[in-house]
Amino acid sequence: MSVLIYAENHNGKFPKSALEAVSYGADVAAMLGNEAIALTCGTIAGDGGLGNAGATKVLTAAVNGTSDSQQMSKLVLAAAAQTGANVIIFSHDVAGKMIAPRVAARLDAGLVPGATALPSADFVVRKNVFSGKAIAEVAMLTANKVITVLPNSLGVKNTGNTAAIEAFTADLGATRITVKEVKTDNKDGEIPLPEAELVVSAGRGMKGPEHWGPIEELAKILGATTACSRPVSDIGWRPHHEHVGQTGVTIRPNLYIAVGISGAIQHLAGVNGSKTIVVINKDPEAPFFKAADYGIVGDAFEVLPKIIEAAKAFKAAH
Amino acid sequence: MKILVCISKAPDTTSKIAFTDGGSKFDENGVQYIVNPYDEWYALVRALELKEAGGGNVTILSVGGADYEPIIRKALAIGADDAVRIDAAESDSLYVAKQIAAYAKNQAFDIIFFGKETINYNGSIVPGMVAELLDLPFVSLAMKLNLTGNMATIEREVAGGEEILEVATPFVVSAAKGMAEQRIPNMRGIMAARTKPLTVVPAATADASTAVKNYSLPPAKSGCKYIDAENAGSLIQLLHEEAKAI
Repeated sequence: MSVLIYAENHNGKFPKSALEAVSYGADVAAMLGNEAIALTCGTIAGDGGLGNAGATKVLTAAVNGTSDSQQMSKLVLAAAAQTGANVIIFSHDVAGKMIAPRVAARLDAGLVPGATALPSADFVVRKNVFSGKAIAEVAMLTANKVITVLPNSLGVKNTGNTAAIEAFTADLGATRITVKEVKTDNKDGEIPLPEAELVVSAGRGMKGPEHWGPIEELAKILGATTACSRPVSDIGWRPHHEHVGQTGVTIRPNLYIAVGISGAIQHLAGVNGSKTIVVINKDPEAPFFKAADYGIVGDAFEVLPKIIEAAKAFKAAH
Repeated sequence: MKILVCISKAPDTTSKIAFTDGGSKFDENGVQYIVNPYDEWYALVRALELKEAGGGNVTILSVGGADYEPIIRKALAIGADDAVRIDAAESDSLYVAKQIAAYAKNQAFDIIFFGKETINYNGSIVPGMVAELLDLPFVSLAMKLNLTGNMATIEREVAGGEEILEVATPFVVSAAKGMAEQRIPNMRGIMAARTKPLTVVPAATADASTAVKNYSLPPAKSGCKYIDAENAGSLIQLLHEEAKAI
């Protein structure tokens, strides 16, 4: 028996969300007295840090990760069969949302999507519901179990161990999906929003796309990722992938700084998992202040230079 | 083109979220239900646009009790042709997926549309399960979908960007923002919806795979600490020393 973790790498590097899933799988394996085995595609250097995150073995499949959910689920199912896994863990990221449901349906397994805590001994797993406005404890009733782990919810282990590497092959069958083009629009070195621990976000209060300089500057100093509200992406001031909120990206960073965003309930639904929220708005009645930990009532163009100055001094000293 | 759009009901975004019976049940008191926004704004409207451009039929499918009918009528008012309600308690995702698959299996739909997730369970998993149960290709988190004959070109979200892919019908797709614009039903649509066919079919036999044991509310924020705008720079120190966020 084992716990199998599907860990996606991007050009050989594992994002934090993948390491979180491996750590989660390692804890589940420890609880069950099983082995934590990770599965990944393509070539990685050494064990890619998965041993340190808790895996005892890494299966490397000599295929590129494909965009075909059916092929990817065949790969995971073959690895689960070979390793005797009855618990399969994914990150609740793009790949997990694509592959995990197929795997669960094939194994007739219960699936808890977006787990925020480890399972109890009788496999009750916690997840956010109602767009983060409530928490549910979900009991898993099947022999086989699939869990996707919500990014930025649980830590990454630091075991100091190295995992054994084993090449893995499986018949993925023919694909019915042809990829024509891949567009990556993230700036070099910027952490993608769903994984970002620090986010600086702005809305209509910035009055125009030409005024984003201080937002980008503050983000750069703090090592944060930039985001925006829905109206701002709808009118084209900022790219769509920056839109956080109910219909955009849902994030739960350590720090969310919102500038010139009133805090409509749809926006809050996408950010209310943030650990610390700072709201800067010239309207003292902005509803966002009710969800904030720190608030500054004032004109963004007067407040931001002061914060940028202090952030620079802080970074110089630390 | 024969299109199936699966819709779920969800509490209106402004609903107060509370629980009864010792946290075991969602408190529906005063709650207004709407069509789950991803299902309505993106999946249904894009399905209707495809039908308007190339002809065909758009069927609505819901898994749930009789209390689903107002939101099914709303989807018909927006422009769907007919609807099916599978008379089953909407319990866990795999159970719902099995219901949908059992119905769709012999219906030869070209496209099965879903919204990317519901705003009450936030699972994003039923579409992929249905695809697996029906042995169909599945494209998740689609932001654009165009059809030429039976070949769809789909733009979808991937880690750190987008990709454009092609897939032939039949397939399952989950729709995200960008797919279409919300449509408000007009009076003619609302009147027509009253007489459009809504078939109720019995549930297929299936076991529950998960069950919600208990709900709770997240701990309340302790309140907002205000910083004087003149002294805005002190925020950085507070974030470091007090919040330990940087």
